[in-house]
Amino acid sequence: MSLLQVKKVSRFFGGLTAVKDVSFEINKGEIVGLIGPNGAGKTTLFNVINGFYTPSRGEVLFRGSRISGLKPHQICQQGMARTFQVVKPLQRMSVLDNVIASAFLRARDRAEAAAIAEDTLKFAGLYDDRAVISKGLPLGKRKRLEIARALATQPELLLLDESFAGLNPAELDESIGIIRRIKDKGITIMIIEHHMKVIMSISDRIVVLSYGEKLAEGTPDEIGRNPQVIEAYLGEAQSA
Amino acid sequence: MKKYLTYIVLGLLALLPLLGLSSYVMHILILVIMWSVIGMAWNLLSGYCGQVSFGHAAFFGVGAYTAGMLYSKLGISGWWGFPASVFVVSLCALGIGYICLRLRGPYFALATLAMGVIFRIVAENLVGVTGGDLGIMLRERTWIDKTWYFYIILIVAAAAYYLVRKVIESKLGYYFVAIREDQDAAESLGINTTKYKTIALILSAVITGFAGVFYMNYMGYIDPKVVFALHDISIITIMVVMVGGVATFWGPVVGAIIMVLLAEMIRSIPKLGTAHHTFFGILLIVIIIFLPNGIVGDFGKIKKIFGARRPAA
Repeated sequence: MSLLQVKKVSRFFGGLTAVKDVSFEINKGEIVGLIGPNGAGKTTLFNVINGFYTPSRGEVLFRGSRISGLKPHQICQQGMARTFQVVKPLQRMSVLDNVIASAFLRARDRAEAAAIAEDTLKFAGLYDDRAVISKGLPLGKRKRLEIARALATQPELLLLDESFAGLNPAELDESIGIIRRIKDKGITIMIIEHHMKVIMSISDRIVVLSYGEKLAEGTPDEIGRNPQVIEAYLGEAQSA
Repeated sequence: MKKYLTYIVLGLLALLPLLGLSSYVMHILILVIMWSVIGMAWNLLSGYCGQVSFGHAAFFGVGAYTAGMLYSKLGISGWWGFPASVFVVSLCALGIGYICLRLRGPYFALATLAMGVIFRIVAENLVGVTGGDLGIMLRERTWIDKTWYFYIILIVAAAAYYLVRKVIESKLGYYFVAIREDQDAAESLGINTTKYKTIALILSAVITGFAGVFYMNYMGYIDPKVVFALHDISIITIMVVMVGGVATFWGPVVGAIIMVLLAEMIRSIPKLGTAHHTFFGILLIVIIIFLPNGIVGDFGKIKKIFGARRPAA
């Protein structure tokens, strides 16, 4: 059964159509990449799925029940977590406290939350930085903190918004490793990414958006060969 | 040592009345403790949860009026205001929260500012209920001596301190700070931001209301211009915490000591005395520029400044 169903979702801002009639499904255990040129509506689509926006038309189903119209915290409680493209660390809290705050969602008391948080930090390779005030973290680690924080809510589906952007090659490898290990835990992932090599290598399937509409959907190979995609996205990247 | 600091301070304070201090000194001590309570309450909502309120006089005034009206309308002791105010103030906080908490940042601050003023105007004009500008006067105060008042407000302060500390160290505290740092991030981590902001507001309001109940019983007279005052209550509340240290446990206490003493000192200067608000304004500017985290929050910085000067001198 598909974990997430996006059905004919549109989102308008005044006269602007950010997302138009987009439909796709995500199956349990997959890594699905969401790509598209700048302004294609990828983050807007995330915001619709995760409840920051309600869809203007269409609906989103999570584990078979309708979630559009619910608030982000309710959707998170149902088992969907996300990261932000522009990282939003809880700046004046330590790295550990950041993750404890999110671990409280499934924990009964502080000790349990702290235990979940410490495990998550070890998993994300941030344990040595646990006492650092997150304002002082370098970008690469902030991006990983976003992932750790989302993981601490123990989601079934994880939405990652450009978790690789701005990373150096070493950090990139580390993050790819983390994504693979998240998948091994049985967590389904949907990821927005501009880094083509990364997205082609880790995704099971890819959805391509362009000007708010779904242009194509398929395996990385199919997407790589799709002439429309090459024209809209890869072609543009090559000429740049 | 540090672990027992709270108990030591509390113990020492409890012994103070035995020294046979003058009535004036006791009055100052009582005011300091009362302002600490209001500061702690504001700190919970605005310091930890990040919802900066400019209208805490509303809760202070409602607390005071609950006590006053129990006395003037029902003829029972104003001390019953403590239990009664929990309900009345919570209800007001719910109403204010419903309107204001959907706003963020400066918009929330402005809305609470308006709320404080609205409460004053309502209290002034509902003459049949509140007595209007005539205010409420207790025909006789419970005690002439100040000792019992001192102990009562000390107990309220200790309870408020304990409550704030427990809340901040629990799940609620983490959620409050998460909301302060980034409301969208908090929401996406599964935190029901509306619910937790409302909890912070109600806790803060009830503690402030307690200070108001105490004020009524202690001073024996209230009117809307005093207990719903923007400059003398709402703004001073903010100053107490800003000067002492936002989002620190002891900040409100340190701030209250400084603000009350300063107000008394400046007031006693001939001619300049009436301009004490001007001095408060200047003090606030200095604090914001040089000690943005307040005296407790920037204590390390203060130590460094004085430590660096001493060898030179």
